Amino acid sequence: MSLTQCTITEIAAEVANGSLLGVPADYSGVPMAFTRELIRQGKQDLDLFCLPQSTLQADMLIGAGCVRSVETAAITLGEYGLAPCFTRFVQEGQLQIKDSTCPALHAALQATERAVPFSPLRGLIGSDLVKHRSDWQIISNPFSDDEDPIILIPAVSPDVSVIHAQKADRNGNVWIGRRKEVATLIHASKKNFMTVEEIVDVDFYDNEVLAAGVLPGFYIDAIAIAENGAWPLALGNRYATDETHMKDYALRAKTEEGFQAYLSENLKV
Amino acid sequence: MDYKLEELLICCLSSKLHSMRHIAIGAASPIPAGAAFMAREQANKSMHITLLASQKHNHFTDGSRELFDAAAQGRIDAFFLGGVQIDGKANINLIGTGEYPNTERRFPGSFGSALMYYVVPSVFLFRLQHNRRSMVETVDFISAPGFSPPEVYRPGGPVALITNKCLFSVDKERQRFRLESLHPGVTLEEIKDLTGFDFDHDRAPDITQEPTQEQLQLLRGIIALEIAESYPLFAKQTFDI
Repeated sequence: MSLTQCTITEIAAEVANGSLLGVPADYSGVPMAFTRELIRQGKQDLDLFCLPQSTLQADMLIGAGCVRSVETAAITLGEYGLAPCFTRFVQEGQLQIKDSTCPALHAALQATERAVPFSPLRGLIGSDLVKHRSDWQIISNPFSDDEDPIILIPAVSPDVSVIHAQKADRNGNVWIGRRKEVATLIHASKKNFMTVEEIVDVDFYDNEVLAAGVLPGFYIDAIAIAENGAWPLALGNRYATDETHMKDYALRAKTEEGFQAYLSENLKV
Repeated sequence: MDYKLEELLICCLSSKLHSMRHIAIGAASPIPAGAAFMAREQANKSMHITLLASQKHNHFTDGSRELFDAAAQGRIDAFFLGGVQIDGKANINLIGTGEYPNTERRFPGSFGSALMYYVVPSVFLFRLQHNRRSMVETVDFISAPGFSPPEVYRPGGPVALITNKCLFSVDKERQRFRLESLHPGVTLEEIKDLTGFDFDHDRAPDITQEPTQEQLQLLRGIIALEIAESYPLFAKQTFDI
């Protein structure tokens, strides 16, 4: 294995307009530096697949006009309130939304991980989510003698996924710790890029404790260094959310003008 | 005794959690988190609490799907769900109001409710704005239904609904809410005025028990610190830490 290093600019250039982009949850290492670069490059018609929800990342991409559709269980700024651009765009009918639920988003990627066409899932029957998802199917459990309806979630494979993590080793392996949903997303995606705080001159496999939290390099096309790459969001126990910045964003992005002013200030390199 | 509404709700909810072995707490749920910690302190020191927003109290190591897999297997006894709207059949709407998909008022989304509500034996609903916009006869969108027909796999479901005004229990046979207790200072007439669905009640409903001195000390001490790790803004506003 060997490390292929690149820049955030190069990663963003790999995301074609119209791509299905894998988006991690707020706790999984959100690649915010990369997200700002996507906006700088003026991407369009992106379809976002969130595992299983998104925060500032999806909200900024939506507000900047980069997004055609979103498949997600939720988009929210958490303690900082509703995601302002998402809320505005949905209410104005400017965004195609494929509402889902967390386990269905996991199930879709897990099917791809196993290279099977779908995953069955409990729950969901009787939820209005199902009415609006022609891609989901309810069948009768073929192994049961009793009536037992169960829903099938088709496999999903994002065109590209990008995630931020704490560190990579000299051979291109990335340490994700216990955030194994990162692995789910990466395993299921056609192309993968990681941004990391640092590349360290060791082999993670020399240390069994570290090795348990490693994503092997063969899944990853290239890695870019992005110090503070999740800012203003938190990254594990490495740094906390920038509260002042998030409060400011939540307030300003409530209007189109406020969001554009925020963008022009924060896209400066 | 001087206490905040949040403190009353935490203590009220915690009294329902004493027998739980494993409680999980999802997104945006500082009051349920406080209630779980209180129940552990007061009733059962070996209670397991999984707080998803926490580094320290989230013990899953197999990714965020582990919550749903563990729940579907029956390894989680209690969970908490909110709702933009909750109706008289305990259907919950986390999507928004108005006609889907271009809702008039859009909220974050359904999160894990469309599985968790079905498989966790004791689901507690909570909504801090008790009014006719939130407590409705019929929700505009069913993120997850309160009850399911017998052929649908459903080991779990709702057991109670707590609001800023009162506590309801769930009558599974009749598929209706029953008023359990009024929070101090609230009247039955007020609840009827503020609630868009019919519910059962005694002629003179009980009053929700106020927090004890011991509970307030626990809450403002060690529990506040635990809550602050995951919900710093809530902890600042409620406990001034």
